[in-house]
Amino acid sequence: MKQFASFIRKEFYHIFRDIRTMLIMLVMPIILIILFGYAITTEIKSVPFAVLDRSRDEVTTRLTDRIGASEYFNLYKLLDSEEEAQDLFRQGKVRLVVVFPPQYASSPDAAIQLLADATDPNEATQLTGYATAIITAAKTDAIVQTMPIGIIPVVHLLYNPLMKGAYNFVPGVMGLILILICAMMTSVGIVREKEMGTMEILLVSPMKPVYIILAKAVPYLLLSMVNITTILLLSYFLLEVPIMGSLFSLVMVTVLYIIVSLCLGLLISTVADTQQAAMLISGMALMLPVMLLSGMMFPIENMPKLLQWLSNIVPAKWYIIAVKDIMIKGLSITSVLKETGILILMAFVLIAISVKRFKIRL
Amino acid sequence: MRLNTLRYLLEKEFKQIRRDRFLPKIIFIIPMMQLIILPFAANFEMHNINLSIVDNDHSVTSQQLTNKILSSGYFRLTDYSPHYNEAIKSIESNDADIILEFPQGFEKRLGREGTNELLIAANAVNGTKGGMGSSYLSSIVQNFNAEKGYYPADLVGVKVTATNLFNPHLNYKSYMVPGIMVFLLTIIAGFVPALNIVSEKEKGTIEQINVSPVPKSLFMLSKLIPFWVIGFFLLTIAVGIAWLIYGLIPVGSLGTIYLFAAVYMIGFTGLGLAISAISSTQQQAMFTTFFFLIIFALLSGLFTPISSMPEWAQNITLLNPIRYFVEAMRMIYLKGSHFSDIEGHFFMICFFAVLFNVLAVAGYRKTQ
Amino acid sequence: MKAIETKELTKRFGTFTAVDHISFEVEEGEIFGFLGANGAGKTTAMRMLSGLSTPTSGEAVVAGFNVYSEAEQIKQHIGYMSQKFSLYGDLKVWENIRLFGGIYGLPEKKLREKTDELLQTLGLESERNTLVDSLPLGWKQKLAFSVAIIHEPNIVFLDEPTGGVDPVTRRQFWELIYEASARGITVFVTTHYMDEAEYCNRVSIMVDGRIEALDEPAELKRQFQAADMNGVFQALARKATRGE
Repeated sequence: MKQFASFIRKEFYHIFRDIRTMLIMLVMPIILIILFGYAITTEIKSVPFAVLDRSRDEVTTRLTDRIGASEYFNLYKLLDSEEEAQDLFRQGKVRLVVVFPPQYASSPDAAIQLLADATDPNEATQLTGYATAIITAAKTDAIVQTMPIGIIPVVHLLYNPLMKGAYNFVPGVMGLILILICAMMTSVGIVREKEMGTMEILLVSPMKPVYIILAKAVPYLLLSMVNITTILLLSYFLLEVPIMGSLFSLVMVTVLYIIVSLCLGLLISTVADTQQAAMLISGMALMLPVMLLSGMMFPIENMPKLLQWLSNIVPAKWYIIAVKDIMIKGLSITSVLKETGILILMAFVLIAISVKRFKIRL
Repeated sequence: MRLNTLRYLLEKEFKQIRRDRFLPKIIFIIPMMQLIILPFAANFEMHNINLSIVDNDHSVTSQQLTNKILSSGYFRLTDYSPHYNEAIKSIESNDADIILEFPQGFEKRLGREGTNELLIAANAVNGTKGGMGSSYLSSIVQNFNAEKGYYPADLVGVKVTATNLFNPHLNYKSYMVPGIMVFLLTIIAGFVPALNIVSEKEKGTIEQINVSPVPKSLFMLSKLIPFWVIGFFLLTIAVGIAWLIYGLIPVGSLGTIYLFAAVYMIGFTGLGLAISAISSTQQQAMFTTFFFLIIFALLSGLFTPISSMPEWAQNITLLNPIRYFVEAMRMIYLKGSHFSDIEGHFFMICFFAVLFNVLAVAGYRKTQ
Repeated sequence: MKAIETKELTKRFGTFTAVDHISFEVEEGEIFGFLGANGAGKTTAMRMLSGLSTPTSGEAVVAGFNVYSEAEQIKQHIGYMSQKFSLYGDLKVWENIRLFGGIYGLPEKKLREKTDELLQTLGLESERNTLVDSLPLGWKQKLAFSVAIIHEPNIVFLDEPTGGVDPVTRRQFWELIYEASARGITVFVTTHYMDEAEYCNRVSIMVDGRIEALDEPAELKRQFQAADMNGVFQALARKATRGE
């Protein structure tokens, strides 16, 4: 036991000696939370637009003002010709051009044309939608609507009435950071010792290989817990994401996920010979799937069947679902039995494979 | 003599890259995978939203509206629940995303009073999804209103037609693919060389070079050129894949794309080398590069529009070389922008290329 | 002209003085042994002389060039073999020779001749196309030495070149050193092995960053009344205050 403690101490020395890497590991979650919390959104606002007004009458001026006054649009320029519109599009200066037909005031049935830069199709759809709504609203201002008409949809947004993005990405960032630290750092750490030849020295010591690996994992486990604490504190106090369910269940699921990540790291270290390879494998084979196939950024339902199926073997997917259920929906741990079960299964499979490979390689 | 020295150094680099067990595979396979998988995965379009319907009315109207909703293509019926409390369970178990509840006597009241409410409850943990789903649903209901003539005729008077330029089929993949090409070049040019010099440091082989009369700029150049060549090769394959799989051909000039890529890759290799010059272990180099790369990528407009970001974040993106190339690439590919339209972007990329390479040469010390 | 001349040469790392005002001269063509316990400052001193590290104070002239202002010229005229094996393991034997010959500016034709000659001297002709990583340690060391002097430098610096190899290989390695010396190359060598010290023309012994003794081996043995160099070394090492 004493020996084991000294091994763990050695691993801590490795981490603490490299202050820059440690700082990055501690600061990364903070930056990610801030970026995702404030910068990464698809809300439309202040998009530059131009107007090609062939009427230049009272009505079109009023409509132009109304569009420009909305939070979605900023008037960039009043145009004189269609060519000018083309130029502005090509230079990327505007993303929407509103074209008013001649004598619009006197012929209200004439169509207003919206030209949208559909390079980004989502944005284009939203832009034309908003512009249409503003124009319609402005034109029907006169009509006083005293009573509701037709079927009125009453929308309840469950769990997240303000539609905060944070409710979705906080679990995502947790899934990402943990994979990053546990899997990437462990695999690189072990391969580094292989490369430097110090692994052999460790293996001939009376310590069992299992303990050597465990000793490597312990510091990363602790670092991960620090990071999770940071993320939860930031999201609770800064982004005001509530923790509806039990903190204990949340921690239990997290520890389970950390174990899976560590196993993944171990497995990678048995496959890779060089640190470069270990990094690239964990970077490409872990990071990207976590960002893309975990449902963190993009909805899984929209993907082709093959990718949907692939997403099932991404541990982060199950972890993120479980965290959302417990943290945001406030469900008990019994409602995430499927997710935890899958994670436990993954842990066992990964351990089995890596232990087998570890023995063969050494 | 100088050029000759460079030749020997380059021979060495290419042999080492070729001999590496993993590197050649990783350099080629993984970016290609990205180009094939990412555009399918990175998609904000919504369809297959799971719907749980609670129909307390069982009337013709409720049935008509249900049919209209299900035929829109956005929704998939998960179940009919007898009661709202049942439906909420399918939301908790993530089987359903949205509940649609018709109140009792829905059709009757609509006929009598000309109006009635319809409950839509969306799982908004994922705000975008919940929000978009419920607004799709609302707009289908509005259309239904119009069809049934529940709206006054005056409103129909406003005619607005929308034309989607440059990407008429609103294909999100056409938007993502050029951006991903940039991302791919960034990783190959920025990530791999960063690890390269540090690996020489760790192995100690760099000592033997440091003690020789090889000038440091020449040594850096020998690290830069191979990845530059590989980058061009990859870009060419990527352009081919974009054409074969996504039917995407640049509207603008391919020459402009290569010109941008040439300078851009020099810049990012410079950044990678600068980082590796100040790192003593590969782990450190990797984390530092990774740190910059992830911030640069998230703030590049690759995934979410820059104009949606808050002011401070938009200001940061001005210092982000990825942003300029992603924008330029999309403009050339989809809009056919000329070089003169994007010379500002080109200038910024040149600026970063010079800056990063000066940092790299300054950071690499032959002498301690 | 002396091959190496130093005066009060010093290197500090923060408050730690690794090399403490050392002054000595090395004659051209000499085999100069640089002895000392681990941590005595041998490698630091050698790194300053070979232009890898800038001194904190003092003076040093190597092959006629000043270490402060002419470090790059020094590099053209010296060879260096570090403690840690530093050839490229993922390049073949001939490729390493070609690389280092090439960066020292050997013309293509000369390079080919030199490669053949070198492989022959080392008896490595059959290993021409072997990756250096898969050579036994002793062969690697001999190859590293030959590569270090491929450009016929004025001086070659060897930092514990025979660490970890068997006595027979060490003996062969010293034969290579003698040959180089016979061709007029000054050899500056650090070592742990006291029997190797006997092979040097002159040796200096460093203790705690300072040179405590410098003379021919026979003279040192007489001075310290020791039977062999090991005795001399033990007598001096007892004074050391720095630990391992």
